[in-house]
Amino acid sequence: MTGDAPKTAQHMAHGVPHAIALGFQFVSADNGVAIMKMPWREDLVGDPETGVIAGGAVTSLLDHVGGMAIGSAFAAASRDGATTSMATLDLRIDYMRPAHPRRDIVARAHCYKLTHTIAFVRASAFEDSADDPVATVQAAFALTGGGAR
Amino acid sequence: MTAPQQRLAEVLAAIPYVRFLGMTAQLAGDEMTAILPFSRHLIGNTVLPALHGGVLGAFMEMTALTELSIREPLRRQPRTIDVTIEYLRPGRALTTYARAEVRKIGRRIANVHVEAWQELRDSPVAALRGHFLLSPAE
Repeated sequence: MTGDAPKTAQHMAHGVPHAIALGFQFVSADNGVAIMKMPWREDLVGDPETGVIAGGAVTSLLDHVGGMAIGSAFAAASRDGATTSMATLDLRIDYMRPAHPRRDIVARAHCYKLTHTIAFVRASAFEDSADDPVATVQAAFALTGGGAR
Repeated sequence: MTAPQQRLAEVLAAIPYVRFLGMTAQLAGDEMTAILPFSRHLIGNTVLPALHGGVLGAFMEMTALTELSIREPLRRQPRTIDVTIEYLRPGRALTTYARAEVRKIGRRIANVHVEAWQELRDSPVAALRGHFLLSPAE
């Protein structure tokens, strides 16, 4: 469902300066599940000895795709194309292993619970398979309005 | 230059992602303050405008890693095991500062807390707690 992504997802994929600077690519956003990709880049390397991309860049990707999953869950729940804005409350990241150098990193987020004020999200980052993650995330976001309550 | 100052300069210069963020750091005695000047490419919310949440997390994680790297000679960079990031206020279009406190440093694992603020030290914008894997130089 890449053709008719909700407005929030479109904005988050193409309208946010930091997402553009990191080269995020929109893959999909549908019914609370969002996927984005971050291509490997020399200037994002965090460990010059290994060429592994910085954990911080992966943090940004996971936070971003989490927000996009919420946008799509909100759109699915409201059924009238309403959008919402949100702010991250907390984000816990566990790093399972270093990312493979020179490989794109894919992040998938699932907004598994949406209340009037809070959204709960799980996400993971990987190269090929979600079964072999680089990092996993548990996060809570505050919904800060902009759409139907 | 003292040994920690030397190591600080080397650590920051070696990491491409530090340059991407535009992060610098200063040492006053043994206390390091990391500095992140505002730049347009760090924006996550164009309406407010506000720094991207990932930027604050990344900046604080890098502050923790740098603090560990300058404290003692390590064979290689510390590796992040886990971090918990708490967002307290929107990061505005201003310079952000951060300091790390090493709560426990063991043979293999360190526990570090970081706090980031902008204009007011007592009104932090975000905080981070994390565990890091060390490879001590033998």
